[in-house]
Amino acid sequence: MTEAQTVRIEHLRRRQPRFSGLAPGHRACQGCGQALAARLVTEATGPDVAVTNATGCLEIFTTPWPESSWRVPWLHSLFENAAAVASGVEAAWRMQGRESKVLAFAGDGGTFDIGLQALSGMVERDHDVLFVCYDNEAYMNTGIQRSSSTPHAAATTTSPAGSERMGKRHLKKDILGIIAAHNMPYAATASVAYPSDLRTKVRRAMAVKGPTFLQIYAPCPLGWAHGGELSIEVARLAVQTGIFPLIEMERGRVIGVMPVREQRPVTDFLRPQGRFAHLFEDHARAREELAHLQALADHNIERYGLAGEAPQRFDSEGADTVHRGGVRRG
Amino acid sequence: MPRALEGSQAVARAVGLCRPQVVSAYPITPQTHIVEGISRLVADGALHCEYISVESEFSAASVALGAAAAGSRAYTASASQGILLMSEVLYNIAGLRVPLVMTCANRALSAPVSIWNDQQDAMAVRDAGWVQLFCADIQEAVDTHIQAFRIAERTEVPVMVCMDGFTLTHTLEPVELPEQQQVDDFLPPFHFSRTLDPSRPLSMGTLVSPDYFSEVRHTQHEAVLATATEIESADRDWEAATGRGYGGLLQVRGDPGAVTGILALGGVLGTLEDARDEYPECSAVRLIKLRSFRPFPVDALLRACEGLEDLIVLERALSPGGPGILWPEVRASLCEMERPPRVHGVAAGLGGRDIPLSILPRLLSLSGNPPGRFRIIDLEPERLPREGAHD
Repeated sequence: MTEAQTVRIEHLRRRQPRFSGLAPGHRACQGCGQALAARLVTEATGPDVAVTNATGCLEIFTTPWPESSWRVPWLHSLFENAAAVASGVEAAWRMQGRESKVLAFAGDGGTFDIGLQALSGMVERDHDVLFVCYDNEAYMNTGIQRSSSTPHAAATTTSPAGSERMGKRHLKKDILGIIAAHNMPYAATASVAYPSDLRTKVRRAMAVKGPTFLQIYAPCPLGWAHGGELSIEVARLAVQTGIFPLIEMERGRVIGVMPVREQRPVTDFLRPQGRFAHLFEDHARAREELAHLQALADHNIERYGLAGEAPQRFDSEGADTVHRGGVRRG
Repeated sequence: MPRALEGSQAVARAVGLCRPQVVSAYPITPQTHIVEGISRLVADGALHCEYISVESEFSAASVALGAAAAGSRAYTASASQGILLMSEVLYNIAGLRVPLVMTCANRALSAPVSIWNDQQDAMAVRDAGWVQLFCADIQEAVDTHIQAFRIAERTEVPVMVCMDGFTLTHTLEPVELPEQQQVDDFLPPFHFSRTLDPSRPLSMGTLVSPDYFSEVRHTQHEAVLATATEIESADRDWEAATGRGYGGLLQVRGDPGAVTGILALGGVLGTLEDARDEYPECSAVRLIKLRSFRPFPVDALLRACEGLEDLIVLERALSPGGPGILWPEVRASLCEMERPPRVHGVAAGLGGRDIPLSILPRLLSLSGNPPGRFRIIDLEPERLPREGAHD
């Protein structure tokens, strides 16, 4: 193929309207990370899928009867069983000889907490399902209550900051570690700030025959108390500070990371968000927690080998820089 | 040619004859022999089916839900605590109008823990929106499972087949298993009208606002009521094919002309029938075997109770602090009669307490008296140690 032909095909590909499983007009808040993430995921999966959806914002804002934003078959049963319902759909389709892929969508509550058992069962039984966790780090649909995904020191309505407490006392659960321990064929984290990387990971997961898992960082302007226009910025800062590392794992082994060549201080990530406002008050506990969060970010950088070499000239804010000269493990 | 089969094995084979495509289950006594039997059919190649051993009853029901929504015939089975754990899913399956069949091997609920038979588990999910059919013997359990798939798939209402734990699941009776061809003729392949299909996407399980909720629930109520016709026709057609029928919604046994009746669910009917032989002086009793508890067959019940002066409702469950479960429903239904019988309500045989033949004269002694309050009739308080008594 000549270079001109390649360019022409590329040109045509770019003009091709992209399939989206989620139609506009739904009722998500401005700047909702989950709505964006769900659209990006279905853009990458294409239409030959079915979705089982756990109870939560995504289910509520997309399907106020008699309307629905979904352009793919979609089934919401309950909060804790998205993975089990997906298992059933997948088993049925396997018996029918159907090749379509089953997706299970849940928030962090439906993944880390109430849905964890069903998810573990689905993975153990080797169902050919892509499970997507839209991680906004609290129970947003019920009004911003703490989940086991809520980061340390974040204030929620059930872990408020006060004279005796600095927000959530415990650490964010290492869900990827738990999933990896299931000998998972493919598991990755992604972020709405890096859409091309996100789509690539969805396509990789789709290509695997067996259970796969994607944890997508999805800012919630309402719950995190930042402006809707800052969602992408906050999500990007989570990656650039080391707070939310973007990694890929195969069979429990890290196979790729998005490098963080110039680590930003965690305060850059924390300051725009009202949920961390108490950390910027002038007292020793606040300073102690800030130092603690910085240490956690540093630990992530170290643990996943995120630190790259010197900045490269192609690097730019917000570009999809995955694997471009970064450290690859394995 | 009838052969001696354990109830669970017989039911496993009956379910296998229905060609389910996905079976998911989690073990709980006394359901285990059923799902072991189905696993064995799959392992031996006698049944082409995805058998999915899940990590909880919650997932057992959820997997069955997903499979049926995706257009496959699905089945699960449970009992007792398992029914309670999956109760959230049971309501959901019914509300979504996803047709599937499950067996409830009736067992008591904890605490105190008891693995033995009563019907508390089925009563606990009475309002879930499922058809609930109770079987009096193993042959009826076999035939009812086959009928259940047809009822569920024609009405898009899930069906729970209730059979008493141990007394039916773990005992042997001579059983006639139908031929595969008989079942195939009776039960066509499953086609779900609202199946998940990427070429015809639809959204199931959407948010319904107060603007529509009552209407949706009304539709569900009407749908469950309408299953009555299918329950009757399934039983009629099955009887025409095999010679075995069970009265559809309910069956009057014993002495149909008697002015005293006993109404009950499940295997205790067999005990009461045997008791009529044992106590000839008690043989003038009309035995009403309520087969369908949901839908509650008011019209059939009114006909069955015509001419009764006393009706004793025998329950195998308890609503602590309440006026019984079955009794108030029967009483309310019979209010439509011009001359309703006196309706007496008692519970017996809780947590596996044996119901002896002598229950019959005891129950009949209630007739003629004004109905008292609901009570447990087979209490033996002297069995409990007295408070503060030490030896």
